[in-house]
Order: sequence, then C-alpha cells, then structure tokens
Amino acid sequence: MKKYSAFSLLRHAASYNRNWEQAWRSPQPKRKYDVIIVGGGGHGLATAYYLAKEHGIRNVAVLEKGWIGGGNTGRNTTIVRSNYLWTEASLLYEKSMKLWEGLSQDLNYNVMFSQRGVYNLGHSLQDMRDIERRVSANRLNGIDAEIVGPEEIKAAIPCINTSKDARYPILGASLQRRAGVARHDAVAWGFARAADAYGVDIIQQCEVTGLNRSGGRITGVQTTRGSIEADKVGAVVAGNASVLASMAELRLPIESHPLQAFVSEPLKPVLDTVVMSGAVHGYVSQSDKGELVIGAGIDSYTGYGQRGSFQTIEHAMQAMIELFPSFSRVRMLRLWGGIVDVSPDACPIISKTPVEGLYFNCGWGTGGFKATPGSGWAFAHTIAQNDPHELNAPFDLRRFSSGALIDEHGAAAVAH
Amino acid sequence: MLLIKCPWCGERDESEFSYGGEGGLSRPENPDALSDEQWADYLFMRKNPRGQHHELWNHARGCRRWFNVERDTETYGIASSYPINSKQ
Repeated sequence: MKKYSAFSLLRHAASYNRNWEQAWRSPQPKRKYDVIIVGGGGHGLATAYYLAKEHGIRNVAVLEKGWIGGGNTGRNTTIVRSNYLWTEASLLYEKSMKLWEGLSQDLNYNVMFSQRGVYNLGHSLQDMRDIERRVSANRLNGIDAEIVGPEEIKAAIPCINTSKDARYPILGASLQRRAGVARHDAVAWGFARAADAYGVDIIQQCEVTGLNRSGGRITGVQTTRGSIEADKVGAVVAGNASVLASMAELRLPIESHPLQAFVSEPLKPVLDTVVMSGAVHGYVSQSDKGELVIGAGIDSYTGYGQRGSFQTIEHAMQAMIELFPSFSRVRMLRLWGGIVDVSPDACPIISKTPVEGLYFNCGWGTGGFKATPGSGWAFAHTIAQNDPHELNAPFDLRRFSSGALIDEHGAAAVAH
Repeated sequence: MLLIKCPWCGERDESEFSYGGEGGLSRPENPDALSDEQWADYLFMRKNPRGQHHELWNHARGCRRWFNVERDTETYGIASSYPINSKQ
C-alpha cells in the first residue's frame, strides 16, 4: 500500500491524477482461509482489519454479496457518540469513540471524523430527569457529557425553535462535545484499503448461501462463487442476521425493520452540530456538501425491502419542521431505507454461538455506525481468542436466557 | 404505506393499525417446567424470515381487533388476512 500524504497528492497532481494505485485488490477466492468474515460493511471490514493488525491473522476473506459499504454502512446518518446509559454499553461505545479519534491516522485514510458535538433534546420534565441521570452516569464512566439549557441551545443553534409555546418545547439537552459525524463511505473504504494492505481478501458480489458444518463445528461456507473452507466464520450481516443464522439452524432474538433517512438539497451552512430528539423520533445534521441529513424512527413492521412507509417519513418531517421552522421550505432530494437488526434490549450481540467456530456480531439495531471501529475491534478479539474481550463479554447471546439484559431502550432506542 | 385488509372493516391505510409481531406464538402452558433456554426461546427468539411471514396486526384506530396477516417481508405484498381464531 502506498501511503497517502500531502506529498503524494502533489506528486499525483503532476501526472494529472492518472496513476493512483487501486485502493484494494479484487482477488479470486482461495480454497481455504483461517477466518471468513461474512458481510463487507464497516463492521466486517473493521473486524478483518483488527484481526490482521491486533492478532496477526492475515489469511482472512471478507465476503460481500453486493459492494462494500453498500448496506447500512452507506445508509446511516453518520452520527458518532458514546453517551449511553449503562456501564456495559457506554464502555463499549467509548472504546469505539477512542478508536474514532485516531482512525484517520491509523488507517492513513481521511474518514472526515468531525467532533462537532451532539445535542440530545429534552421536551418534558421526565426527559430532563432521564438526561440528568444519563449525563451523571456518563461522567462516572469517564465520558464527557454536560447538560445545557434552552438559552445555551439557542445561542449555539440559532435556527432552532426554543419558544415556550412550541409543539415540542425544548427544556434542555445533553451535550457530548466529543461526539460528531464521520463520512460513512470513507470508513468502509479506509478499512478495506488498510485490511487489504495486510493481505485480507475482499471478495465482492459473493453471497453466502450456506454454512458447512461437521460434528457441531463450522468447516466453511457455500457461496455464489463456490464453496470456501474456513476454520472460523464471523457473521456481521446486520439486517440479514436471522437469515444467516437459520442456515446453521440457530435462532436469534432479532427482528429486522426498515429504517429510513433522507437528505435535502444543499444549503449554505446553517447547522454546525448534530441535533437529536428521541421523543419526536428525528435527528438532523448538515453534511459538508450542505445537505441536511435527517433520520427517522424505524417502521413498525419487520421487512427486508430497504424501504419503508411514507407515514414514518412524514412523522419525522413534522417534528423537524416544529424544531426548525426555517426548514419548512427546504426540498428533500433523496430518501432511502436500510434494514436494521433490532434486539430486545437495544444492545448488540457480539458472541460465540453453539456452533464451534461460528461467531455472530449483530443486533446493533438503529445505532451501529458509531460503533464501527469498536465493534470490529471487539469481534476480532472474540474470533481470534475464541473468547470475548471483557468489553464485549456482557454482549453474549446467552444473556437472553440468563436474563442479564442491558436495557438501553431509554437511552438509545430511537435516536441514533 | 401498506394497504391492510382488516377482516372486519375492509381495506384501510397502515396508519390505522399497530404491528403485533410474529403470529402463532402461544405462551407455554407451564413456564415453571421450562429451562431458561426454552423460556428465552419463547420470549425472545424469532423466525424473522426473509419472505412469507405470519404476523399479527391490530386495527388500533378502528375496530381495535387483532387479526392474522400473511405478508412477504421482502416485497411487502400481503397475501391474506384472517380473523384471530381461524386458520387462513
């Protein structure tokens, strides 16, 4: 891998940018790998990267049925934060946040991580009590968090409606200043390029159609490009987790729902931070191109269609216009849906399974993007050591029978 | 938006309904006799199929009755809907 730098930009400019090398190879699948990662989204690519980097396992393939980063990695609203309520969750997301803070340097790829702050609005007395509790919990866990009042919010975000007679009055917010956004495509590309440099094979348009097992152990996968042997298989397929699990006769506590988001026409700078409201099911930031990026809540029904119902969009839009009256005449350009894998406690599953050598990383629901590096880091550890790291040990599949759920619905359910 | 046929009221917009998740789940007769794994299977584990799905809906802003729906989770096409205590 040739290093990207200011110098390389200048050098390639001199040759009219015609000689950039490919960022990653497109190899033919080998007969056998030490580890196969199913799913070439951010989490899968990060897993492969940390397997190679932290654990020296480089005979790895990432199998992607479409193109890398074409699923939920390219469909989220790019928000990164770590202000979760419970210690287990906040430590995992904070690990991710720490990795984000050095990620562009680590990958030698600009992921455009911008720590512009995230406001979580409170609209009622109970919202504010919950915010106080969450902010206090965050601080006890060493995560930056503060409470701001309506005046401070108005000063920081002049276009927001903080009047007392608003449909959703703003009583205050929690603010995490280290939180922000990153460019989601660059995250997939950066991990792909860095993993490829370690020798990881990234194989696109290769759909897994079956999991080969023998005597309770995984032996490989069947794909649309033939059978591939593997000692270990890690599945990171978000909304399709249940489909893949059923190939090994496993049942997961997952329901797949459509989650929609949309962007507006580009505007001049109007919002230099991220505003989220769990109570009204909406969140908004402004991209570097000037588009308002707005996310809705999930559609109520399960679905794999990567699209949802208009009423859900209308609901999010109504809330946005109430919060930001000046957005009412902005036109929306594009709208899309992703399939999110929602778990009963709104927390992920990063775990071994009853099938030896088969690992699952799923259940991130509506909030997986922020966890991309931390999820890959913890999953790589779990696969390499055949044992979870202490950070992801609480996120075992067995918590649903032991009862040790990590109930993040209050802090995380909707607003991501 | 889905157009859902309530067996009692006919076709209505999705916004009149609430989703009830996977259908055909019945509470075990004697939960005390179950292992933790069996109880977790009833409580949390779901088929979540890609394709035909038997599910429950409630006509919450209408007659308020529960009923069964057979829906394709990939195309969202609804094959049939029928009352709660009947077989298709």
